[in-house]
Amino acid sequence: MKYVDEFRDRDKAATLRREIAALVQEIRPARPIQVMEVCGGHTHAIFRYGIQDMLPEEVEFVHGPGCPVCVLPMGRIDDCIAIARRPEVILATFGDAMRVPGSHGSLLQAKADGADIRMVYSPSDALALARTHPDRSVVFFGLGFETTMPSTALTVLEAERDAIGNFSVFCNHITIVPTIRAILDSPDLRIDGFLGPGHVSMVIGTEPYDFVARQYRKPLVVSGFEPLDVLQSLWMVLRQIADGRAEVENQYARVVTTGGNAAAQRAIAAVYELREFFEWRGLGSIDLSGVRFRDAYADFDAERRYAVPALRVADPLSCQCGEVLTGLLRPHECRMFGTSCTPATPVGALMVSSEGACAAQYRYAVRAA
Amino acid sequence: MCLGIPARIVRIDDAERMLATAEVGGVRRQVNIICIVDDAHPVESCVGDWVLLHVGFAMNRIDEAEAAATLRVLSELGEMQAELDAMGGEGEIRR
Amino acid sequence: MNIVTLSHGGGGKAMKDLIDQVFVTAFDNALLAPLHDQARIPLALLAQLGDRLAITTDSFVVDPLEFPGGDIGTLAVCGTINDLAVGGAIPLYLACAVIIEEGLPIDLLHRMAGSMAATAHAAGVQIVTGDTKVVPRGACDKLFVTTTGIGVIRAGVDLAAYHARPGDAVLVNGVLGDHGAAILAARGDLSLDAPIVSDCAALHGLVDVLLAAAPATRFLRDATRGGVATVLNEIAIAADCGIEIEESAVPLREAVQGFCEILGLDPLYLPNEGRLVAIVPQAQTERALAAMRAHPLGAGACRIGGVTERRRGQVVMHTVFGGQRIVDMLVGDQLPRIC
Repeated sequence: MKYVDEFRDRDKAATLRREIAALVQEIRPARPIQVMEVCGGHTHAIFRYGIQDMLPEEVEFVHGPGCPVCVLPMGRIDDCIAIARRPEVILATFGDAMRVPGSHGSLLQAKADGADIRMVYSPSDALALARTHPDRSVVFFGLGFETTMPSTALTVLEAERDAIGNFSVFCNHITIVPTIRAILDSPDLRIDGFLGPGHVSMVIGTEPYDFVARQYRKPLVVSGFEPLDVLQSLWMVLRQIADGRAEVENQYARVVTTGGNAAAQRAIAAVYELREFFEWRGLGSIDLSGVRFRDAYADFDAERRYAVPALRVADPLSCQCGEVLTGLLRPHECRMFGTSCTPATPVGALMVSSEGACAAQYRYAVRAA
Repeated sequence: MCLGIPARIVRIDDAERMLATAEVGGVRRQVNIICIVDDAHPVESCVGDWVLLHVGFAMNRIDEAEAAATLRVLSELGEMQAELDAMGGEGEIRR
Repeated sequence: MNIVTLSHGGGGKAMKDLIDQVFVTAFDNALLAPLHDQARIPLALLAQLGDRLAITTDSFVVDPLEFPGGDIGTLAVCGTINDLAVGGAIPLYLACAVIIEEGLPIDLLHRMAGSMAATAHAAGVQIVTGDTKVVPRGACDKLFVTTTGIGVIRAGVDLAAYHARPGDAVLVNGVLGDHGAAILAARGDLSLDAPIVSDCAALHGLVDVLLAAAPATRFLRDATRGGVATVLNEIAIAADCGIEIEESAVPLREAVQGFCEILGLDPLYLPNEGRLVAIVPQAQTERALAAMRAHPLGAGACRIGGVTERRRGQVVMHTVFGGQRIVDMLVGDQLPRIC
């Protein structure tokens, strides 16, 4: 497939491995170089293609917070289930969210228990459900970073234009930039550079990351999602470290431009406003890291349409997701990894979705022979 | 939450609503193209374009020249390595 | 409207008529014809063919009932034949039980019975006994079919997962994932239009030529639910060996690859209904492949990997990119993802 197969090329990967090994020799790090891939899509690619094992021991990926399913707090899942249980409601959701545990089970369990929950591929499909079920109330479980925000917003704008009154969104969209800043501000920070989220950047452009280089003096390379993209971006980060530079670079120029996508940004600006704070599983509350609907779209806001418990449910005490997210622990160093916390019975955020660092490590990582 | 894949627009289904059919490896799906339409790229001109598809929305056009440039960097690196190897042990001086 | 009602399940004339007109007419054979409560099969005939009786049973539920490349009828016949065939058994007879939700169009039932009959006939297998139940609306999803199969295992054939040995080759008979992708696409809720047809097929003919060419074959398994990944894990555990496969050798149709990219699915876990995994000693691998490739259901046969001494109990894939990763058992169902 075009733009896919050529970015999975094994020979070019071998070239990059040699360059990376040479750079590490040049840098001569006193401790392993830690590069955080912010986006869960990168985490998935790293494990899916076995990239970590292709690298010298002196280079480690730290798997960042960019899996919006993983970081959704239990209280929000509980609220979503409360909405889904209403007899008039059809809840439409991406498949990813089905297994995320709330404090009393997941959407998958709520469905088995009788709630009308449908998996959709697109918010457009949720709106189509509303059109074909005028007697029911269709609620779309809107989640994701800036990548997914425009599609939800454009769907709401379409619902407004077509006056579809039985459609609303339970909005859990979050924004990545304040979270990167929160990680950079953490006192024990050891991260030496970042792979920037390619598809978020396709929407917002590369400028919003400038502070990472300017203010915090860390290299950031916006990266595509094929394995060659990830390896090349890592090489670019290491090149910067070797040169003593800290810049925002764009490896994914075939998709990402400096300014991002104007139409998508207009849709975001029209529909959403920032929340004062939003709660992240594993990271706690982060200021200005979530969005909600503007008052003009209150009719499409499921949170205003339905009373939800809105309880804050604390992360389990023994959970060490926060330390893994900031690179202080590797997934298997968590005290619950693989014992009380597994993909079948996830306790922490990172074991929840296949993009979560712990789930990916558990599922894919080649353990000692 | 970022699964996006390259797809090609093969047909405009509804110009007013900006709906088109996109194809990935022979699999087709109706997608929204509002984010890739502007004055320089009217609706009808999108047919044949490669786009990045995410949850049923064409989010950006894929720039063929940039894709080629990215790969070219790697090809050139490979050639440089091969030349160094051909020069014998000298290529290993760096490491 | 001509639909099945609860009276068709009441044991009276309506039921007898339904069974006669739909099933007995379609399945038409001498063992079924007397309509005893059981089919009566001469032992002498069975004894001529081998030295062990094989029996297997499987229930079939599929949504939608009809899909590109088959329907629940073809599935119910092929699936049970395949469960016999991969044990090295010659499939001979099927029993068929159907549970019908009231309201099912009788036309549809005719079509399903017709495709069961045609599939069985083509496979040289007879449907010799059966049962019909009708349940109230909501008590089942349109139509459930259970088939039980009887076959005879040829003397000397002993296929088992624990026979796999380091050095053996891992073979498949063609492109993977067609059935799973065809079903997901046919459901329509993902609004994907995919030119993918189910691989549903009866594999006993292919198994015959494979075992004739490679009599030392260790093990065969049809890669249904959980796909090839699950079968390989079962073998690795049963034989206490490792299994290593090459991603670049895993055969996939481009449309299935595209389908999986869009939905974030892993084709190794997609179910197949006409694909098997064969573990064959290295020395007989080429003969096994040649024999399969000469058969219509094995044209795409290839080697995807091998059994190893190291990494016991694990399946490892060498990726196209040059890395490697574990191919684990799935925790639950594979769900489409956008992450």
